[in-house]
Amino acid sequence: MILARIVGTVVATRKDPRLVSSKLLVARPMDPHGKAEGAYLVAVDTVDAGVGETVLIVSGSSARMASGLKDCPVDAAIVGIVDHVEVNE
Amino acid sequence: MQLARVIGDLVATLKDRNLSGIKLMVLQPLSPDGAAAGRTLVAVDAVGAGVGETVFFVRGKEASFPFFPTEVPADAGIVGIVDHWDVESATNREPEPNRRPQTVDRRP
Repeated sequence: MILARIVGTVVATRKDPRLVSSKLLVARPMDPHGKAEGAYLVAVDTVDAGVGETVLIVSGSSARMASGLKDCPVDAAIVGIVDHVEVNE
Repeated sequence: MQLARVIGDLVATLKDRNLSGIKLMVLQPLSPDGAAAGRTLVAVDAVGAGVGETVFFVRGKEASFPFFPTEVPADAGIVGIVDHWDVESATNREPEPNRRPQTVDRRP
């Protein structure tokens, strides 16, 4: 899983029927210190996250194991809102 | 599977219900010489690893298998704590791209 900050929303009227009523958010991956890294991605929200929040994103086929996404055509799902990260490096 | 060092942990109150009760750890993947290799990631912990330990982890859907039959939405999971590992030292090894099935004698 990766850490990411929510930076925006996506609205799509025409989409796969299995994506109807799912919330799509634009996320920017970041390292545990909060520094942005890597490419932006669009993820389905399953935990009611909002813009500006730090979230946990699961990618690949595991994204379909998030609640409510069984058999949905998704490869990234937001599965947690991060309260805090503690890193000892 | 890949070697990594556990460098931290993460708290998320609001999360997928199948993630509740599961420890989330921040990992730094390692190269065989113990140096950091690649981006940090968050993994579910199936073995009770702690911060500072060296572990190995799986990527992909397999990360959820230790929690079967619960379908844990995870794409990385710690499946072992490493006691020690041995590799030929990097200086004694040919770089990977030069390795061929028919070895050429490179001795001086």
